[in-house]
Amino acid sequence: MEHKTLAELSKALQNKEISSVELTQFYLDRINKFDEKLNSFITVCDEHALNMAKAADARIQSGNFTALTGIPVAQKDIFCTQGIKTSCGSKMLDNFIAPYESTVTHKFNEAGAVMIGKTNMDEFAMGSSNENSYYGAVQNPWKNNTVPGGSSGGSASAVAARLAAAATGTDTGGSIRQPAALCGITGLKPTYGRVSRYGMIAFASSLDQGGPMTQTAEDAAMVLNVMAGHDVKDSTCINKDVPDYTSNLNDSIKGLRIGVPEEYIAGDIEADVAKCIEETIKTLRSMGAEIKTVKMPHTKVGLSAYYIIAPAEASSNLARYDGVRYGYRCNDPKNLEDMYTRTRSEGFGDEVKRRIMTGTYALSAGYYDAYYLKAQQIRKLISEDYKQAFKDVDVILTPTSPSTTFEIGAVKDPISMYLTDVFTIPANLAGLPGISFPCGMANNLPVGVQLVGNYFEEAKLLNVAHQYQQETNWHTMLPEGYSA
Amino acid sequence: MQIDANEIQKIGKLAKLSFDKKEQEKYAENLNKILDFVEQMNQYDTTGITPMAHPLDIAQPMRKDAVTEPDVREDMLKLAPEANAGLYVVPQVIEDKES
Repeated sequence: MEHKTLAELSKALQNKEISSVELTQFYLDRINKFDEKLNSFITVCDEHALNMAKAADARIQSGNFTALTGIPVAQKDIFCTQGIKTSCGSKMLDNFIAPYESTVTHKFNEAGAVMIGKTNMDEFAMGSSNENSYYGAVQNPWKNNTVPGGSSGGSASAVAARLAAAATGTDTGGSIRQPAALCGITGLKPTYGRVSRYGMIAFASSLDQGGPMTQTAEDAAMVLNVMAGHDVKDSTCINKDVPDYTSNLNDSIKGLRIGVPEEYIAGDIEADVAKCIEETIKTLRSMGAEIKTVKMPHTKVGLSAYYIIAPAEASSNLARYDGVRYGYRCNDPKNLEDMYTRTRSEGFGDEVKRRIMTGTYALSAGYYDAYYLKAQQIRKLISEDYKQAFKDVDVILTPTSPSTTFEIGAVKDPISMYLTDVFTIPANLAGLPGISFPCGMANNLPVGVQLVGNYFEEAKLLNVAHQYQQETNWHTMLPEGYSA
Repeated sequence: MQIDANEIQKIGKLAKLSFDKKEQEKYAENLNKILDFVEQMNQYDTTGITPMAHPLDIAQPMRKDAVTEPDVREDMLKLAPEANAGLYVVPQVIEDKES
């Protein structure tokens, strides 16, 4: 059963070969068996999930079902779920039970999906290793004591270990794609504005975007079908028709123009990762794609611009955590000032404080132009680089991450950690969609390749990834010890 | 620009975060490293480039000024660390004259 994709499970449910209750119990048993070690869930919704499964089975019986009805899905603990704890990986929200439902989880509920639990993550989605969670680090199922990537590390680990049929993630600078790469799964960050951010706890509002984390591109297409679409509750959510993302998966990629930035070829990539990427390019070429070199001179500096823009927006967004209306409040405050300061100093973890401090500094009087304005100008240049490149190519290919997974605790310097997002950040700055899917193994660890497409070209990215997955088997691999 | 422990205290005041002496030094070192790193932005001439505030060049949509949300006052107040008579309770802000 754990080898079945979401698409296969969906068929099995509809053909009544299995019930949603059985399937949900199957995953709950796996969580029970494996998650003590992996720590990929913050909350497991046993009873709630089984009730949802019963309702799903009734829907299937009555013929009123969707492709996701009865499918157990794990939700990143950044999406507000009414009546169920939403912690965002932080002590600040350890006691927070959302009074409303996020649009994304609402859409899953409407589709009849079963919420099996809420996944672990870096605190407020700030991190690339999932080591910054108040609930402890998450393990990558591929190797003992290694990180799953971050910030959607719990979701990536859970899907890789088959503790859920699919999961959601959010991506501000690579938080869906990088953990997908490190855990050997498929992850898609849609175009900014494709998926509603209502009820998705804000980190950097001009960059954040939710998306699917699944075994295959086909599964991702099915999940995106549920997630995407206009929402009046999010003023940045684009009012544009949602295509059926599964409809063109089988298109040939003959004649597809793939751009490979010359700047990335020369970048600091682990040799084994570079080898996998070269192999992937060869495979895609043999499938009829045309490979072209493109120039993206400003993407290198994207990381710098990001580490001003994201902390600046975060410092503003996180000002709301003041101990007054919800969340943590320090004990026995002496006065209002003491309450604000101690609540925040005790409630936030180290990395979150570092980003709030960086952002506060960058936005403070006298430094605004030198840092924030400059970064927004660089952002424009990066966006122009893409615009130029998409005149000649359909998609742009890079590694997702410069390395495979690393040991928990191995990367101590914040800047070194930031560097793991060097290939994923430019797409966030430009607001473009990007996908990561498994493309090889280096020393028995998964390697991911990234494709970035033009605005609203998610279907194209899923098509290319799906076609690649018809030719290769990297996406079917299960880490050792996780078979039934 | 070098940030020292004093500067960290000042920024912390703006961000409502406090740090002990050891933390001040650590954050000063971290912030200096980050600021040194982002220094590479200055290798690029951005004269005349319009700053990009939104990933898609679109205008902010407007909606009718109508009530669309239900009253959830009680649900919201239930989440508060301390609430009383429909109000959020915080430590006293204005001091008594006598004290």
